[in-house]
Formats: sequence, C-alpha cells, structure tokens
Amino acid sequence: MLKAEIKIRYDTLKIDCSFSVPAGTGAALMGSSGSGKSSILSVVSGFYQAHHSEIYFQGQRLDALEPAERPLTILFQDHNLFSHLNVWKNIAIGLSPNLKLSAKQHRLVEESLDWVGLSGMQGRKPGTLSGGQQQRVALARCLARDKPLLLLDEPFAGLDEKRQQEMRDLINRLMQEKNLTLLLATHQAEDARQLCDQVIEVEASI
Amino acid sequence: MLGWIAFSSLAGTILLALGGLASQAPPGDLSQIFVDGEISRIVRHTVLQAGLSTLISISLAIPFARALARRQKFWGRALLIRLSSISLIIPTMVAVFGIAAVFGHNGGVNQALNALGFERIFSIYGLKGILIAHVFFNLPLATRVFLSVIESLPGETWRLARQLGLGPVSIFRYIEWPLLRSVIPNIAGLVFMLCFTSFAIVLALGGGPKWSTLEVAIYQAMRFDFDLNRGVELAFIQIGICLLLVVLFSSTRKGFSFQATQNRSELRPDTNHSIARIVDILIITLLGAYIVSPLLAVFLKAMNPALLQIIVRADFIQATLSSLIISLSAAILALSLSLPIAFLYTDLQRKGAARKSMLLDIGSALILVVPPLSLGMGLFLLLRSMAGLSQLGLYLVILINAMLAVPFVLRILQPAIYASSQQVDRLSASLGIRGWDRFKLAYWPNIRKPVGFALALAATLSMGDMGVIALFGTQDLSTLPLLIYRLFGAYRMEEAAVVAMLLCLLCFALFWFIEHLIGDEKSSDAQS
Repeated sequence: MLKAEIKIRYDTLKIDCSFSVPAGTGAALMGSSGSGKSSILSVVSGFYQAHHSEIYFQGQRLDALEPAERPLTILFQDHNLFSHLNVWKNIAIGLSPNLKLSAKQHRLVEESLDWVGLSGMQGRKPGTLSGGQQQRVALARCLARDKPLLLLDEPFAGLDEKRQQEMRDLINRLMQEKNLTLLLATHQAEDARQLCDQVIEVEASI
Repeated sequence: MLGWIAFSSLAGTILLALGGLASQAPPGDLSQIFVDGEISRIVRHTVLQAGLSTLISISLAIPFARALARRQKFWGRALLIRLSSISLIIPTMVAVFGIAAVFGHNGGVNQALNALGFERIFSIYGLKGILIAHVFFNLPLATRVFLSVIESLPGETWRLARQLGLGPVSIFRYIEWPLLRSVIPNIAGLVFMLCFTSFAIVLALGGGPKWSTLEVAIYQAMRFDFDLNRGVELAFIQIGICLLLVVLFSSTRKGFSFQATQNRSELRPDTNHSIARIVDILIITLLGAYIVSPLLAVFLKAMNPALLQIIVRADFIQATLSSLIISLSAAILALSLSLPIAFLYTDLQRKGAARKSMLLDIGSALILVVPPLSLGMGLFLLLRSMAGLSQLGLYLVILINAMLAVPFVLRILQPAIYASSQQVDRLSASLGIRGWDRFKLAYWPNIRKPVGFALALAATLSMGDMGVIALFGTQDLSTLPLLIYRLFGAYRMEEAAVVAMLLCLLCFALFWFIEHLIGDEKSSDAQS
C-alpha cells in the first residue's frame, strides 16, 4: 500500500491531497497541464521538498530518503537516458552506479533488453534510436532495477498511437509479472482505463 | 564543499595580497596621493589613452562587423573571423614585435609613405604606437561580438526588411543600431578596462614615462626605483579606480555570448547595392590587412640566419622550458580552482540561492579589480620575510597567471556544466549515481570539450603572459615573452623576430594539442 499526504505551496500553486494505492494496483493522477500532477510525483520520488508530506510504502516512511534510496523507479517524459552512454551502459548504470557488474547482473541486463524487444541494440547510442525505442530502454532499466513501486510522468507524451499502445502493453505485463504498484500522471483517459484501478483528480486551487 | 574551498582560497589569496599591500602602506601618506601631481598626471593620461583606444576600436568594429555580415562569401572571411576569435591568445609581445615591424621605423608603412614623397617618418613610440597595438587587440574582440549580435537576427527580420524595401541606411538605423547599442556599453567597458590596465604594450611602445599606465608605473617603482612605498600607493590608486570601473560597468551589464549562431544573413536585402559592395570590400581589406600583417611580418622577419643559432642557445632553451612549466602548471591550477567553483555555482543557481551565487559573482569580479602587478606586489610583500625573490618568483608567476585565467575558464565551464546538470542531475539522483561516479560517467563525456578548450585557453594565455613575469623575472627566471622584450629593447630585431615566431608557433601547437588531448572522445565507448 502506498499512502501519501501532500501539501504544496509554490508561487501560485497550492495543492492539498491525500490518497492511497493498494499494492499491486495502479492509480492515475489526472488533470490539465499545470495542475500539479508532476509536482506530486516529484514529491513522492524525492526530487521536490513539499511544504508538508507524509509518504508511506508498505509501512515504511519515505520522506527522509534520497531519491535513489526509495523503493521506486521513476520514468520522466524525457531525459530518461544519458545521451552519451550506449544502451547497454544506460541499463547497467541502473544496477551499479560505477558500471561494475557481476555476472548475474550482466545476465539481468541482457534479459531486460530481450524483454523490451531490443536485444542486439546494446551498442547503440540513444540519439540513434526512435522516441519509442528510447522509452523502452528506460523501461528495461526499470525492469532490471526491480523496485516494487513504479512512477510514470506522462511517459507516452511524444509517441504516436501505435507506440503508446506498445508501451501500455509492456507496462501491463511488467506490473503483472513483478506485482508492481503504479502511480501514473497523465491527461489521457485511455492510459487510466488500461493501466489503473482508480483515478485521482488533480486540481490546483489558486 | 570542494567548491567553497576553491572559492575561499581564491578570494583569500586576493585579500592576502591586499593585506600585504596595506602592511607596507606608509601611515598617513595615503591622503597625499590625491594631491600628488605625478599620479594625477598618470591617471589623466591613462584615461585619455584608454578612452581613445576604446573609441577607435568600437567605431572601427561597427563598420567591420557590418561589412563581414553583409559579405558572406568574401575570400578569407572565415580566416579573419577565426583570427578575431583568437586575438586574445596572441601573445602581447608577438603582436608588439609584429606591429613594430609593420608600422615602425623601417616598416612597410613608413616605406610606403616615403615612396609617396612624405618626408617625416612615422614613429611607433608614444601614444600612436600604444593606440595601434590596443586597437590591434580590441578591434577583433569587439568585431566578433558585434558580428555575432548581427548574425543572431532571425531570418524573418531580413525577409520583412526586404518586403518593406529598407535601404542600407534604414537597416542600420532601425535594425542593427538598436541591437548594437545594447551591447556597446558592455564591450566598451571591457575594452576600456583592458587598455586602462595595459602593461606590456605600454612598456614596449610607450617610449618613456609620458604615456605610462599605473601598471607600468608600479613596475618602474618596484624594479627600477626600488621605492616600495610608491609602488603601494600606485597599487591602491589602481585598485580604487578598477573597483570604480567594475561597479560602473556591471550596472550596465547585459551579457553577450561569443557563440557562433546559425547564419541567416544571406537573406539581407542590402547586399547587392553596388556602392555598399565597394565600401564593404574596402573596409574588409584594409582592416583585415591591419590585423593580419603584423602576424605575417613576424613570420617573414623570422626567416633569417639567426633562426638556427637561437634554437640551440641556452637562454632560449631555458626560457622555453620555463614558459612550458609556467603555462601548464598555471592552466592545471586554474582548472582545479574553476571546476569546483563552477559546480558549486550551478548547484546554487539550481537551488535558487540568489544571494550565495551573487557572492560568487563578486568573488570572481575581485580578480578584475586587483590587476596582476598589484596582486603580485601584494603577495610578494607578504611573503618576502620568509623567502627571497629568486625562490618565490616562479611560484608567484604560476599562481597569479592561474588566477588571471580563472574568469575565462569559469566563463567557458559554467554554461556547459549548467546545461549538463539540467540533463543528468535528476536521472543520476534517481539511480543513485553520486560523487566521483556522477562526475566521470554523467558529466565528463558532456563537458570534456569545454574543459579541453578552457585548459588550452588558460595554458596559452599564461604562455603569452608578459605582466607578472616582468615583475619577477631574473637572470635565472625568464620566459619567451620576456626574452622577446629583452631582445626588442636591445634592438636585436632579427633574434626577437625568431623568438616571436617560435612563441607564436608554440602557443598554437600547445592550444591544439591540449584541446584535442582532453576534448576528443575516446572510441572505447562504442561497445561495452
């Protein structure tokens, strides 16, 4: 169970919200752009210090932890990959911050690449891949990192309809195989319908 | 943490130098400075000299930049622009020698004047020589800035101008001038400051005390009159005036970039005007010759029998080695100070800590306020009880050259580090990549190019330095610029030409080597 109570006061943005997501289910944060969906994800993932926040996952309080210490992986709309590192290194760096991998971790990288359908691409740089392939590499890293909570911040925004569906299918499979808990920020009803069990409306009061 | 250490050692050294100066200050005498006739004469003449240098550089740079913007296909245009970008790294003594070779007693200009029937020989020494040399350095600097401002105009502007049928005059008045006017105070301030604190040019071409700057007067007081009290007085005056100038100019600061922009000037409607074409070509040819000919003269004059003798002479070899040691050490020191400061600055900016990042701005401006000779004298006064000039000289020359390079290095690194931090910080934090790993894996591949460029620039600037070394140079400690100065002063022009050429070549080689050694990506990243 993910439980969150968040108060944000930033310039004109004012958010008061509290929600809980049962483990193994998905929740969609929905609202117009600028409503504060991303801010909520930033607080949960530890990138933004809210005015007040109490975040619990499986009973563990997360607020004092560094982003990398939290039991979660977050996928942003862009900049999910280091553009100067090749695909293999981009996944491996999620397992070991200095790129020194054990034999088991080596296999894990290969498997996750295979899982997103990109085996054979490990030597390519992100710039030579399409937008959809880049997001799949990032997803492969999520899989390899194997954290129980997945946060997605409009991760399909730059993709066409067909690629969006591919991504949704992959995430669905990932959730079932790993029993993930998902928190997704989106403004598309289709994402919520396919991936989530509940919708949390976000509306910033000004 | 590392950033604050680097920053405090930089600021601390400057404050220590000021303390060193203050410890020597004759009590009560400081008020006398303002009524001292000689000092006020030096200040008046320096203001006049720097003002004229600025006025000439700026007023020539405007038509030059405009002509270059309009003539995209002019032969040699790329070379001129490239030369303009590197004018800062041409060693002062090389340029001084080249200018003397072109405009001096037996130079090309005087021979041409003679051939035309003019009797009086044009003398390079005095105000004329100083102005020619200052304009030689600052005209390209200003031109480069103006050109990039003009070329930053979007293509739509030119399309609109074409549609409205604007002629060359209207284009200048309504499109270019308003843009240029916004950067002129800034660039004029910089040029004025450079000419006000000018040292080597004034020392070599000033032709006596009449046009001496405060920097030169400090040098005279210390090296020839052995009058430390006087040197300290002059240094305080110099620092006071520089502080005033920095405050004055920073209030008009708008910031400009040296970045080349994508070029859309081919859409300009005023390029086909036949008079404009002739005027442009005349301007580019004349000013281009002015910038190129001194460098060319150095190379031509160096082709003499002295060449082979000099490269095996002990004083030349010793000066070359000292120059290399000083320039490489100073560059590495400058980089080691600047990198942590740039990271700290980026961190503060991203956190929105405006007051702290302002503190850093002021700290960096301090280096501009305390010019090299004052800095050198302050540190020397502080340390002289512990060691003699002969022991301290080398270290002080390295330290001060490194500090002088810091503002340049920071200016190159800061934007690059800020840009990469926006790209990689969030991702690195979410994956737990920190410290050395973050620097090596996330930052280094993105910033190695600017780091290579900055290190090359710092090394070349220190290699060409003829300020601090003049203060601390001895029989045993000499560099190539100092050697040129000594040969030049002794009218051994053939030998001076050879050393000038070799210094010039060494600078270019060093720049190229460092930039590629650090900046080029290794191919090992292609496959895991």
